[in-house]
Amino acid sequence: MLRADALQAIYPELEDRIVVTIMGAVAVELYMLGHRHNFFYLEHAMGLASSMGLGIALSLPEQKVIVLDGDGSLLMNLGTLSTMARYRPDNLLHIVFDNESLLSVGGFPTATGTGTDLAGIARASGVPQVMEANTCESLKDAVTQALAGNILATIVSKVEAVGPKSFYMDLPLLENRFQFKRCLEKMRRA
Amino acid sequence: MPVSVTSSKLIYDALKACDVKIISALPETWLVHLIRMADEDPDMTLVRIAKEEEAIGISAGAHLAGVNSALLMQNHGFLAAINPIVSLALLYKIPLLMLISYRGHMGEKDPWQTQGGMVTEPILRALNIPTWHLNNPGDIDRRLKDAQTLAHASLHPVAVLLSRELMWED
Repeated sequence: MLRADALQAIYPELEDRIVVTIMGAVAVELYMLGHRHNFFYLEHAMGLASSMGLGIALSLPEQKVIVLDGDGSLLMNLGTLSTMARYRPDNLLHIVFDNESLLSVGGFPTATGTGTDLAGIARASGVPQVMEANTCESLKDAVTQALAGNILATIVSKVEAVGPKSFYMDLPLLENRFQFKRCLEKMRRA
Repeated sequence: MPVSVTSSKLIYDALKACDVKIISALPETWLVHLIRMADEDPDMTLVRIAKEEEAIGISAGAHLAGVNSALLMQNHGFLAAINPIVSLALLYKIPLLMLISYRGHMGEKDPWQTQGGMVTEPILRALNIPTWHLNNPGDIDRRLKDAQTLAHASLHPVAVLLSRELMWED
C-alpha cells in the first residue's frame, strides 16, 4: 500500500477532525490532498506529534484528535505510548504509517525492518485498542471503528517506502500554527 | 524528606492563580509535594511523562487548544528537552512556563548533580530563554504570574529556577 493512497482512503474521516502529522512525506501527502485549518504539520521535533495530540486531546475532550505518526518518529519517542496509555483519552486516535525507513532523509532502514513490532509495543504499553491494517480498505475500516469506539486506539499500517517528488508546501510554519490555533478556538466555542 | 511543603504550596497556589489546568511532570525529589498537590486536585490534569521531551509536545498541544499549562522538571530534564524546545517551542512560537528545580548549584551535596547545575544557566542564556530565580517565598506569586505573562506576550518559553533556599529545608 502506498501511504498517499492510504491517506486518500481515510481523508473523508480526517477532513473535519483535528489532525497532527509528523514532518516529511506524511505532511506533504496530506497537504496535497487538500489543506484544512484543522490540520497541523509538525515540521520538526521528531517523535512529538503524538505528545502534541495528547495535549490537544486532554484540552479538548469533546473533539476527536487524530495523529499521523511514522515508524522513525515513533521510535524516537517510544515513551509516548506508555504516557498515552496511562491517560488513555478516548478522543485520541494514533495512526502509525510504518515504511520501515527514514524515507525523508534518504531511506535509511529503521528497526521495524528488522523485526521491531510497533503494534506489539503499543499493546504491551497498555494502549487499549491496537489494530494493524495493511490495505486501504482495512485501514478505512479500522479508522471508522476506532472513531466510533470512544477508546484510545493505535493503528499500525505498513506502507511502501515511497514518498512525494517534492517536499515543498506553500504554507509557512507560523501561518499553519496560527490558523490551527484559531480553528481550535472556534471548535472550543462551538 | 526536608522538601519545603510551605514553598511547594505557595508555588502550587500561584500556578492555580495563573489558571494553569495541565501540569506535566517527571518525578524529582524537590518536586514531590508539587506533584502530589497536582495529583490530588480534581481540577488539575497531571500528566506523568516518561521523558521531558514529551512535556514540550503536551504543552504545545494544550496552548494551541487554548489551555494554560506548566511544566515541572529537574534541570537535567530541561537538558533532555532542548531539541523540542528549539524545534517545537521556539520554531513555532509556543509559550512555555517551565518550573525547573535547580539542582547542582550552591549547597549541592550530590556529586552527580553538579555538571548539570553548572551548565543550566549558560544554556538558558544560549537559548535566549528569560529566566527568573525563585529564592524567596514572598516572590512566588508575582514572579510566576509575570513569567506566564511574558511567555504569552512573547510567545516564547520562560524558565523559573526553583532554588535550594526555596525548596529544601536543611
